[in-house]
This record gives sequence, C-alpha cells and structure tokens, in this order.
Amino acid sequence: MKLIQKNIVPIVFIILCTIGFQYSGLSWIFFANDLMTRLARNSFLVISLIIPVLAGMGLNFGIVLGAMAGQFAAFITVVHNLTGIGGFFAACVMAIPFAILFGWLTGILFNKAKGKEMITGLILGFFANGIYQLVCLIFIGWLIPISNKALLLPSGVGFVNTLDLKIWQYAIDKFYVFRARGIDIPVLKYLNNINIPVLTLTIVVLLCIAVVLLFRTKLGQDFRAVGQNRHIAEIAGIKVDRVRIIAVIFSTVLAAWGQLIFLQNIGNVQVYGSHVQVGTFAVAALLIGGATVSKATIGQALLGTVLFHALFIVSPLAGKNLMGSAQVGEYFRVFIAYGVIGIALALHAWQRLVKKQ
Amino acid sequence: MGNSLLNRIGIPRLIISLFLAFLVASAFSYGLPMGQIFGAMLTRFGMNALLVLAMIPTIQAGAGPNFGLPFGIICGLIGATLAIELDLRDFTALFFAIGVSVPLGAFAGWLYGLLLNRVKGQEMTVGTYMGFSIVSLMCIFWLMAPYTSPEMVWPYGGDGLRVTVVLDGRMEQLLDKLWSFTIGTVRIPTGLLVVTAICCVLLWIFMKTRTGLAMSIVGSNPRFAEASGLNVNKYRLIASVISCAMGAAGIVIYSQSYGFIQLYQAPLYMALYSVSAILIGGASLQRATITQALIGTFLFNALLVIALPVANVAMDSDISEIMRVIISNGIILYALTRKEVGGDAR
Repeated sequence: MKLIQKNIVPIVFIILCTIGFQYSGLSWIFFANDLMTRLARNSFLVISLIIPVLAGMGLNFGIVLGAMAGQFAAFITVVHNLTGIGGFFAACVMAIPFAILFGWLTGILFNKAKGKEMITGLILGFFANGIYQLVCLIFIGWLIPISNKALLLPSGVGFVNTLDLKIWQYAIDKFYVFRARGIDIPVLKYLNNINIPVLTLTIVVLLCIAVVLLFRTKLGQDFRAVGQNRHIAEIAGIKVDRVRIIAVIFSTVLAAWGQLIFLQNIGNVQVYGSHVQVGTFAVAALLIGGATVSKATIGQALLGTVLFHALFIVSPLAGKNLMGSAQVGEYFRVFIAYGVIGIALALHAWQRLVKKQ
Repeated sequence: MGNSLLNRIGIPRLIISLFLAFLVASAFSYGLPMGQIFGAMLTRFGMNALLVLAMIPTIQAGAGPNFGLPFGIICGLIGATLAIELDLRDFTALFFAIGVSVPLGAFAGWLYGLLLNRVKGQEMTVGTYMGFSIVSLMCIFWLMAPYTSPEMVWPYGGDGLRVTVVLDGRMEQLLDKLWSFTIGTVRIPTGLLVVTAICCVLLWIFMKTRTGLAMSIVGSNPRFAEASGLNVNKYRLIASVISCAMGAAGIVIYSQSYGFIQLYQAPLYMALYSVSAILIGGASLQRATITQALIGTFLFNALLVIALPVANVAMDSDISEIMRVIISNGIILYALTRKEVGGDAR
C-alpha cells in the first residue's frame, strides 16, 4: 500500500498510457520502436535536470539556455559543413564554452533570486529566447557574416526557419543498431524487431554512471549539503553560491549535449522553435517519473521519459478514436505537461507550508 | 538627493522612458504619421489598462502579481463568445459579455484563491503553470464546445471554434468609437478612456474601504495583520476574486477594441505582459499603485506601438515582437532579483 502511495504519479500515468495505447489502435512494433527512438533522444535532457534538483534549486527551467548553446554549436557545424560522427562530436565540444557561459550567468541570476529559482528560470528562458531571436534573426548576416547564403532569409539577414542537419543526422543513432530476432521467451519476445540505437543508449548509460559517481565526490557531497540546508552548508565552510553556480553549469552543459542528441535524431533544427519547449517537456517528464521539486533519481528520469513520451505517441490517435479529433489529443498532451508541473509545484509548496506550521 | 530622485523614478522606468523618447524622436525624423501613432498609443493603453490594473489587488494582498490571470481571461472569452452565439449586437452584446464574464471570473478567482492560500511563497510559479494548464485545457473546450454560430465555427465542417473570431458589426471598437473625436490627426478613443478612468476610480475607492485597507495591511505585514485579528487568507481570497473578475472584464474590453476574440493559445502569455507592464510602471512584487499601473501600461504599450514602424523604416525587419519579449521578461527578471525591502518574512 505504501509503495502505491509513494509512486502514485507514475502509476496513474502507466494506467493512462495503457488506456491510450488500447484506444490508439497502434501496433506494438510501431509503438515500441517510436518509444525507443524517443527514449534515446530525450532522456539526456531529462537527466540534465537532476543535479540542480539535488542542489536544492528546484526544477531548472533554465535548461532552455543549454538547448540554445547546443543549437549555436549545431549552426557552426552547418556553416562549416562538419559532417558525420566527427561533425556531431565537434558540435558537442563547441557547445561547451557556450553552455558554460550561459550556465554561469544563469547561476549568478539564481543566486540573486534564492527561493525563486524556478519562476526565475522560467522567465529567464523566455527572456533568453528573445535575445536568441535577436541574434539569429537580426545579427546573423548583419553583424555576424555567414558565407553560405542558402542558410539565410532572402533579405540576407537572419537564419531561415529550418536548417537541415542531414550532415550528421543519425551520427550516433545509426552507428550500430541492434535488433533482436527470434527470442522465444514469453515475456521477452515483445523485444523482437525493435531497433536499438546502441551507441546513443551507451552514452546515456555512461552519463547515468557519471552522475552517480559525481555524487560520490567531494563536489557531489557539497551539492547535497547545499540542497539539504544552505545555512548549515555555509557554516560547514562550503561556498554555497559557488557550488550552486557549478550545479547550474553542469546542468546547462548536459542540456546542450542533450539537445544535440535530440537534433541528430530529428535531422533538422527549427531555428526559432526547437528549443522553446525543452524545459517544460523535460520537467514534466521528470515529474511524471515520480520526482519532486527536491528529490529526483536517474530511475525516475528514465521512467518519466518513457511514460511521458508513450503518452505523446498514443494521445493524438487515442483522441481521434475517442473524441473524433486528433487535435484533442494534441491539446490533451500539452495540458498534461503543464498540468503535471502545476500540480507538482502546488503540492510541493503546500507540503512545505504544512510542515512549517 | 539625486540618488533618492533616481530611486523614486526607478531605473527601469527611466530607461524605458528614455528609450521611448528616443523612438518618438526618430519617428519624427523619419516623418512617420505621428497622429496615427499617438492615437494608436492611446487605444493600446485603454485596451490593456484593465488587465494591468487587475494585478493590483493580488500584489497588495501579498500574493504577488497575478500570474493566474488566464483564469479570469478564459471566463471573459466565454462571455464574449456566448454573446455572439446568442446573436447579440452592439452594447447589448458588450454588456452581456461583461455581465456573464465578471461573475464567472469571480468564481474562477475564488477557486484560484483557495489554491493560492495553500501555496504561499510559491504563488508565482504555481500560478504561471496553473494558468498555462487552464489555457491548454480550454483549447479542448473551444474545440469540443457545442457552439453553432457560423461566425465562430470553422466553415466546411471543421472542428470547433476558429482561432480568431472577428467582431466586425458585433462590438468591434464599440467603446473606442463612443464620443470619439480627433485633435489634429490624433483620434481620441474617448469611451475607452472613460471606462478605464471609471475602473480606476472604482478600484481606488475600493482600496480605501475597510476591506481594501485590510487587504493592503495583510500584504505588507501578514504577521501584524494576523495579530490584529485580520483573517489573512480571507483577504487574499478577496484579492484573487477581484483580480480575476477584472481580468475577465478586461479581456472583453481588450477584444472589442482589438476587433477580434483570440482563442486557443492566445491567452497563454497575457499574464506575463500585464505583470511586466505594472513592473515597468515602478511597482514591485510587493507594492503597487494605480498610478504605477497606468504609467506602466502607457510606457509599455507606447513603446510597442512606436517600435514597429520605426524598426520597419530603420532596419527593414520586424524587431518589435522580439523587443516585446526581451523587455517584458527582462523587467520581470529585474523585479525577481531585487532585494525585498520590507518584504514579509515568511
């Protein structure tokens, strides 16, 4: 009983997904393949949220800036035509300085708005999006010369809406694809014929291990200490502000890489749209996995990614079959994303208030 | 001395004013039709004023700017669409729309206020996401609701209401044109401004009543208020009710002036723009006055009105939407990072 109570959120969503799957009429193979693709391309972004949560800064809506850093790096590879797996890793390396800079600035801002990090991160995401548009739409081609005119709008200023990333699409996803065949064991036979992007998943697993190891280091312990109680950490001689900035930088760099993994799977970048919802969707996925504002594990991040995206796959078709309109399903999943975040934040604030009294 | 003057005007208000003056000057030098521009500024001011004034009750009651304004806005949209569904016209339509939306908005505000009282200290984050969720939930409503008016549903058997409903011949610019006159080339939307003024006076009177004063005390010092026997939660609830009711009426006035009802995702960021307008006017997250709301609404909207033509002439690209995003969110960030002087110690 206690187990159910503890995991009520994921359980509700498992039920919701099962019902949705039934009504969607999708075949298992299609569903499972789609889910595998989505798990591979989105889990990195979700995991990037964990460190700030444990450092007591709540859900880092500011990972939108990380996604922007990733996209800037992607633009550079497109302009200089860096192709294949080399191009992808070049983008990952080039994203680091951008992400460190953005993460550092975000961290400073969060330190000035302690206790209000989440709303600050959210508004910061909107604000940064304005600056980003200013750079991509006005500065590119005007202050920042681009030799390849095909990438620019007809006026010669600003990027076109969609930049093709065929040069390194599937760079890691299709590096080695494993496909199980002929498994006869009853439960496991559902795993037949699913394309598994081995390298991408390996990278995700390595990241998970790295995060676990990080929390065993001195720095990781500092994160936890700051997360549990800032004042006690301060007295214990931890430079709280500095540790918090480092946590945000970690998160931002990981988000930049996460966005690049996402883009290499999609194969193009919506210059003015790909990054906008990154924060909301990643946060919603983490919360659906059962995490809270102050507690998150890697397992929750992965489970949440699976459930959130399962809902994403089935809801348009389920909406169409149940309500006669695919649009309903689309709106429903957006509502779920916002609603889950809203309820989770409300419950957390409520519990904290009750505890205080 | 100079420092205190700067503090009183406030750095953001100063920067925005200077920027506005600069844009007005450049508009003059480019020979743009200033009469039209000033007229548009007044209209945009009247259009948005009530939505910005709606921020005052919750700020004064200590619940912060009302990021949950979409709760009220949604109700206003229901009122306005119902008026068209019933085939009402002119002032009947307008009064019906407002008459339906205000009680609905008050009820939504009551529910929202109950929520706010349980999440003290986190009103802004929770409010924002609850606002986002209600807007996306209502997207499903607009899609499924059994409206039949051919002016509103998609033609050719599409699903649900249109994204924008045209108010032409219904209540388009009803208040704007009322007693409207022109000075030189500037058209004054008299009716709209009069309504705005009436709302200001009503709000001002309310804030001076026992309830209004108690509300401000609750906001400025909840512990003291509690100690002197005021029910903190009750006054926060009242503030939320009034704020959402104002939001509901506000969006009807906004829509009639704009000439369109915007449905679906349109109300998503409206709260943010209202929040930033009042902050530009010099309000903080804890204190706000009617004057600040009016100044902020004017500065913010005047800037947006004039930026578009100036940017078009000067750099041949549309920078005004980008500017709107940067300024409105920048000012909220500024307010969030300010040290809370005399803020309550929850």
